[in-house]
Amino acid sequence: MNTRGLRSQPKDSVPVTGMGQQVGAYGVQDTLRSGFSSVKNELLPSHALELSEKNFQLNQDKMNFSNLRNIQGLHAPLKLQMEYRAARQIQRLPFLQSSHLALDTLKGNDESISFEDILNDPSQSEMVGEPHIMMEYKLGLM
Amino acid sequence: MATLSVCQPQLGGFSFENCKRNAVLEAEVTKLGCNIPSARKTGTTICGVVFKDGIVLGADTRATEGMIVADKNCSKIHYISPNIYCCGAGTAADTEMTTQIISSNLELHSLSTSRLPRVATANRMLKQMLFRYQGHIGAALVLGGVDCNGPHLYSIYPHGSTDKLPYVTMGSGSLAAMAVFEDRYKQDMEEEDAKRLVRDAIAAGIFNDLGSGSNIDLCVITKGRVDYLRPHDMANKKGVRLIRPVYAYKQGTTGVLTKSVIKLDLEVVEETVQTMDTS
Repeated sequence: MNTRGLRSQPKDSVPVTGMGQQVGAYGVQDTLRSGFSSVKNELLPSHALELSEKNFQLNQDKMNFSNLRNIQGLHAPLKLQMEYRAARQIQRLPFLQSSHLALDTLKGNDESISFEDILNDPSQSEMVGEPHIMMEYKLGLM
Repeated sequence: MATLSVCQPQLGGFSFENCKRNAVLEAEVTKLGCNIPSARKTGTTICGVVFKDGIVLGADTRATEGMIVADKNCSKIHYISPNIYCCGAGTAADTEMTTQIISSNLELHSLSTSRLPRVATANRMLKQMLFRYQGHIGAALVLGGVDCNGPHLYSIYPHGSTDKLPYVTMGSGSLAAMAVFEDRYKQDMEEEDAKRLVRDAIAAGIFNDLGSGSNIDLCVITKGRVDYLRPHDMANKKGVRLIRPVYAYKQGTTGVLTKSVIKLDLEVVEETVQTMDTS
């Protein structure tokens, strides 16, 4: 297993493309799907918290796994990550709302309420993803 | 219906889409000389004190929006759990939402552990959440309650630092209230003394700070009993207006110096009778 993944990812090392445009064919920006781009928009985050919020769950998980590894040994995070992977696969197609019940129970999110549950609830978003495009993206055909 | 070529499903939580647009708008508006609307703050005096059997929390009831009083009687002592209450200063919406979220989380936690929640748990949850948002959530809180280990009082700052102390004050009137506390606080006070001390501290904040005003709310928490006294004391009552203002003076108010009567002689010149049409 790649142990580098168990280190927590510091904020500065998030690659710039993580916040910027989607890269289409031939490595150029996808103007058709993500609109016009400008270097300033891509390089600087629009809010001090934007980057840290985007990676918050990821960093929390990495921190917890590396703690587990230090306390209980490598088997503990390995087993947990295997269970997470299995639970993550229980979902509907990407354009439909899935409840992620098994994943939430494993992560302990079923016993806490935070801003992710109150603000911008995805089940009540005004934009609907185009089913064909989302499926193609998921299958890697795009 | 708005369909976009969205490739990934949406996530919940804070959305930073409009931050750049807002920054540009703010620059434009400031160039024209206007201000963008400001958030409603609570410009407050809140305080808490530990006495022999429990905690007394106190707060004023004014909410300001810049230089205007937005709410003359707002409630700043929020419920967290049956044995824990929290006063909030700073941005009113932030304190309201933060205390509600933590109250829900504590309820779920206490259902899961089937025990009465502890004040230290609420403190830890609040400080972790406030630190995550690096002070952008402007909520300065005074958290107090009685649990299985006795009475506890914490003050929590917007960036996530906390202090566990026997008496705390927060808000714009905190210095005035702290002056009263520093002068008269004693360990192991009786309940009536503690209530009087908190009332005087909040009154000091109300009368010496522009951002605090109106009434004084108190919350007394002891083991097994919570007294939410709202309002405990009306420090600033609006003046009573007379329903029928009496502007006429009494007879004899002005002294009479001299009196002269001049008779006017009138003689009859012409007399005509006009009949009315009463049909």
